[in-house]
Parts: sequence; structure tokens; C-alpha cells
Amino acid sequence: MKTLSAFLSPLILIGVLLIGWEVACARLSIPPYLLPPPSAIGRALVEGFPLLLASAWGTLSTALLALVMASILACALAFAVSLSPLMEDAVRPIAVTLQVTPLVAIAPLVTIWAGIDHPERAVIGLAAVVAFFPIFSGALTGLKAVDPDLSRLFDLYGATSFQRLWRLRLPSAVPALLEGHKVAAGLAVIGAVVAEFVAGSGGAQGLAWRILEAYNRLQTPRVFAALLTLALLGVTLHALMEWAERKLLTIWRGR
Amino acid sequence: MTTPLVSLLGVEVDYARGRALGPVDLAFSPGEIVALVGPSGCGKSTALRLLAGLEQPTRGQVSRLAGKGETAVVFQAPTLAPWLTAQANVALPLELAGERRAIAMATAEQALAKVGLGDALNARPAQLSGGMAMRASLARALVTRPRLLLLDEPFAALDEITRRVLADDVLTLAADLAPAMVFVTHNVEEAVYMAGRVVVMTPGPGMIAGEIVVEGPIVRPPGFRVTESFRQSVEAVSTLLAQAGARAA
Repeated sequence: MKTLSAFLSPLILIGVLLIGWEVACARLSIPPYLLPPPSAIGRALVEGFPLLLASAWGTLSTALLALVMASILACALAFAVSLSPLMEDAVRPIAVTLQVTPLVAIAPLVTIWAGIDHPERAVIGLAAVVAFFPIFSGALTGLKAVDPDLSRLFDLYGATSFQRLWRLRLPSAVPALLEGHKVAAGLAVIGAVVAEFVAGSGGAQGLAWRILEAYNRLQTPRVFAALLTLALLGVTLHALMEWAERKLLTIWRGR
Repeated sequence: MTTPLVSLLGVEVDYARGRALGPVDLAFSPGEIVALVGPSGCGKSTALRLLAGLEQPTRGQVSRLAGKGETAVVFQAPTLAPWLTAQANVALPLELAGERRAIAMATAEQALAKVGLGDALNARPAQLSGGMAMRASLARALVTRPRLLLLDEPFAALDEITRRVLADDVLTLAADLAPAMVFVTHNVEEAVYMAGRVVVMTPGPGMIAGEIVVEGPIVRPPGFRVTESFRQSVEAVSTLLAQAGARAA
């Protein structure tokens, strides 16, 4: 019964809060552009559903494409860097500098490079930048996270450097790699939204665009509807990645 | 006196924080079972890594008849690769040495059967109990038929009953394959039970405080722990340990 109550308790709380919100909006006559009642948001959600769904897909596909690009680049670079400590020393400061630079600040630059006519490229590029680092550092950590005793055994049995890489370091890296991808997937969505805010226009209409559009017209219920869709998208993706990570880890270690 | 299989001659090891071991002189004959006993931090594990050739001494000389491929180590943790089945883990040393996969896997199957894990070939390390994982680790060490088997507190993480059963199993396997065995522990009873010779070390930097010879067959008969000679050996080792500790303090 514990699982049922654990499942129901947040739903009940949300229900109570929504009712309180609805009643407060009506009693205090709050103007809908300031704070729309849940019923208005619900209506906006239903009416705008096809458009919101298409926009959610726009944001999601941007994030996924960015994730794939970031994954390929980050894994390749991490692999190259892990081959020599000198390379790692050389690359680390640059990677850290790039990582601490706010995405919003480099957005104009990326937009220029992508070409004013291709805002969607800029958005994907920016989202990929955000997704890059968790994968890169996960891969790098993983490639170095070898059980020292297992490594000694490889020494003892005279393993070649290829055997060491293929049979020890790569498989050892799997958990950290999965973790990196999970974090990166969430960040890619955030990155896609932020990038859309600063670089999005005609060609790149995702959920951020819906929010901007509704906001500019003071259609606050539609802002909420888009936000809700975005939150749902984030939660779904997170749950999906969590599930994938657990499944793959189960395959990796057999249980 | 036979030619020693491995020996440490005037060996000293310094780490950044100071002397870790030595000077130490030790020699191990083929087929001999020796326990290294001493308090934590006396350099037992360092000595073991020297014998394995995984570490070089700062001063002194390590001479070995057993080549790298003829030495095996069992660590305190089972140290199995989590992504491989028990069988693939045991086959690994053979494969790294260039053996064909099919042959390596077949040999691994036999080795696992010998340690009583014939039913767990496809189990992953995470599915094995502590004792079973240690057995798999032991099978991996023995699969190459090493002439020198080094065990670094292999039972430290196990419960007392598993520990005793495994101790007997190790001795049975040792009697069969007859490698020289060096066994590091800080458990005096275990040292006396396992070894024909118990070398007592001083607190760090470890030096040899003395050694006690333990009489009896390699595979201990039932009730060995309650014999008078066992009790006397334990007493002698404990006394040596206490003296070494008192001198250091």
C-alpha cells in the first residue's frame, strides 16, 4: 500500500493547490494576464494542443540531434585525450574555460557563424555545446576509472596496450558514460530552449518560441500552457534516460 | 636447500612519506607455503607487489625464477571485471597470454568446477556472494597453473565460516598444483593454519622479526585447530608479534 500512497500523495497535493489557485483567482479578481486560473490554462492547453505538440517535437528533435552530435564529438575527444596525460593537461583548461562561459553570451557568435538564414543550426549548435561537457567529462572519468587491482592484473598477465584499452578501459568507462549521457540529455533540452530564446526565429519554432510569442501578446494562459508542455517534456525525457541507464547498466553488470 | 623461486635480498622500499619496507631478506622455495604476518602498514602488501614484479624496490634486489606469466595474485577484493561472466573472468589471463578463446573458456570452465563454481559459469560478479566471488578470483589465479601464487589478505572481507571453508579449499588446490604460495594476513590463527612457515614482520617500516615453522601436512586434518602443536605455534607467533610491536613502540 505504500507505493499507492506514495503515488497518490503528490496528486492530492497538486489537486488541492489547483483548487486553491482557482478559488483565489476568482475571489480576488486577479486579471488573467497577471495570473490566469488553472481552468484558463487548461483551455489554452486544449486549444493550442496541436501547435504545442508540434513545437514540443521541434524542441525535442533539436535536443536529440544536439545530443547525438555532442556525444560523437565528446566521446572522440575524450578518447583522444585519454591516450596521453599530456593531451589531457593541454585540453582541460580550454574545456573548463568553454564550460564556464554562459551559453547566452556565445549565442550571438554562434548565430553569426550559422548564418542569419539558419537559426535552427545555431540552436542545435548551442544545445550541443551544453550537452558536450557532461559527456566529455563522464567519458574521460570513465576511461580513467579503472579498478587499480584489475589494472595490476593486466600488468601481471602482460596485456598489450590495445588489450588494456579494449578489454579494461573501455568496458570500465560504461557506467560513467551512461551517467554523462543522462545528464547531457536533460541539459540538451535546457540548452535547446535557451538557444531558441536567444537565437530562434522563423525556422526554429520550438516551445521557447511559443512562450515568447504568447508573452509578447500578454496571453499568459498560453505561456503557462507552453511551460507545462515543456515541463512534461523534461520529465518524460529524464524518466526515459533514467530507465535506459538502468537497463543498460543491468546488461553491463548482469543484474 | 633448493634454489629459491623468488628472493628478496636487502630490499628496501621508500615512498614519498618515508620508508615503507626493509631492509628485508626473504627467500621462497618451490611448493612452499609461507604466511607473512604483521600489523597494518608494515609493508606486507608492498612485499607482495615486489614478489609479483608489480613494483620495484628502491634498494636491494629481487631475483625470480618464476616469470611474469607464472605468477598469480589474489587480492583482498575479488577484483573481477563486473561486465564479464565468471567464466570469461577466469578465461581472461589465458586470453591475454594469447590463448584462443575457445580453449581459454574451456580451461576456465574446468578451473571454476575445481573451486565448486561449475554451476555459476554464466553468473556475473554482482550475482555472486562474497565467498563465491573469492572462489572465482582464486580460479582465475590458478587457471594459468602459476609457480608462484601470491595472496593479499584474500579472506579479510569474508565471514568466519566462509573463511575457514575457503582456507581448506585453497590448501587442497595448493596441494594439487603445488605452487609456492605467499599469503599475507594479519590473522595469526589463519597464518598458522595455512602456512608451513610463518614470517612475522615488525610495524612499519616492516622488517623481519622472526619466523616460526609450523609442522603438519599441507591439507590440514580435521581438528587441526585444537591440536597442541597448533596452539603452540599460534602462541609463538603471537609472542613474536607482541615483542616486535613493543620494540617499535
